[in-house]
Amino acid sequence: MKFTVKHIVATAIGAALFFLLARFLSFPLFANTYLTLQYAVLGFFAAVFGPIAGLLIGLIGHALTDLAWGYGIWWSWVIASTIVGLLSGFIVKAGSVESGEFGKKGIIRFVIGSLIIHGVSWGLVAPVLDILIYAEPADKVFVQGIIAGAGNFVLTAIVGTLLILGYTKTRVKSGSLE
Amino acid sequence: MTAFGYIPRDSVLHRLTGASKLIMTVALSIAAMITFDTRFLVFVIIISLVMFGLSKIRFSELKVLLALITLFLIINNVAIYLFAPEQGTLIYNTRNELFHIAGRYSVTAEQLFYQLNVSLKYFAIVPVALIFFLTTEPGEFASSLNALKVHYKIAFAVSLSLRYIPDVQRAYREISQAQQARGVDISRKASLRRRLAGILAILFPLVFSSIDKIEQISNAMELRSFGRMKKRTWYAARSFSKRDFVFVGISVLFVLLSVLTLVVNGGRFYNPF
Repeated sequence: MKFTVKHIVATAIGAALFFLLARFLSFPLFANTYLTLQYAVLGFFAAVFGPIAGLLIGLIGHALTDLAWGYGIWWSWVIASTIVGLLSGFIVKAGSVESGEFGKKGIIRFVIGSLIIHGVSWGLVAPVLDILIYAEPADKVFVQGIIAGAGNFVLTAIVGTLLILGYTKTRVKSGSLE
Repeated sequence: MTAFGYIPRDSVLHRLTGASKLIMTVALSIAAMITFDTRFLVFVIIISLVMFGLSKIRFSELKVLLALITLFLIINNVAIYLFAPEQGTLIYNTRNELFHIAGRYSVTAEQLFYQLNVSLKYFAIVPVALIFFLTTEPGEFASSLNALKVHYKIAFAVSLSLRYIPDVQRAYREISQAQQARGVDISRKASLRRRLAGILAILFPLVFSSIDKIEQISNAMELRSFGRMKKRTWYAARSFSKRDFVFVGISVLFVLLSVLTLVVNGGRFYNPF
């Protein structure tokens, strides 16, 4: 896997978008838990630009968001975002979105993959790290994690898929003369 | 929009290299993550507030941020209490009830002490992270990451991202206003469905115009042969001075002290009960 200039710029713009969506388009769901669109965009960027860009967008975007929101840096959730970005880069076959080949199979893979990734990250990684680092009560962090995970998954599955489909339409299929 | 980013001043902390401030932020994060020792956490907070004072940044410049921090802490503490009113008694193994509220909810000294520690632990990282963020020039941001052996491509991505946050924000505002002129409503007055549809009507052009921008910027960088070499020098890089070594020394001391509290307390928690 190469990390080209395009990946560098995609990482930067992706993180800036992640930051902006977290700041301005978020709806409170539960105690310090928000329904936000940034994971849909993260899923989309990871699908297009691969796992390394995804990892960095999750890490940089979330760390900047936390700094600006006054969370200091809530490391456990930053790490969970990083994992979401990394793993989302592996769901879709590398380059398949770029070459405009993202059919029904791609959609199903993307949705099921996102379900697993968000389930593991918010249902397991984030709460367990909360318990290890901050010794927070287990009930609280699991409820927070499951609510956040469910919201993130639903929005990623719907909005992320629409974004990918919209993007593939602007791409010329490989081998096509149109 | 709150003030977010570099605030130029002439202070000791501004004169430190970005790298040493980053080391301090990481070191304090680790130190505060490891231990629950109240004395240590209070000590860390005092030192970091002193540093904050030295940075000549006034708290009045961070009003919105401080309000958000307070709100976050209050919500978190209420949530912890509602879910686990006896978490403190579990940790400290004693139970000194102060008064009873209702049902399973009563206030114990242990619970108050535990929640105080969680809040301190969280707050201990805030001033230093802010110092790093507010006193480091964006151009030096990347070179300081690179000085810590982060690959320059990643370091560059971080500073490029800081550079483009205002741009993306402007694009967001323009698209949002254009769509509102066409009848899209994302205010609280609209129904939830209309609001969601409106948000999508803004999100799609925003994301796709960003993709175009990626193409333009990366072409411009490639034309200038960015990324051809294995290494890169930085215009904004500064070499370490004595001051920096002292600062990094203090950072390391914090981590060592934090580990020492583990030994002294025989665990992560300091138990006064």
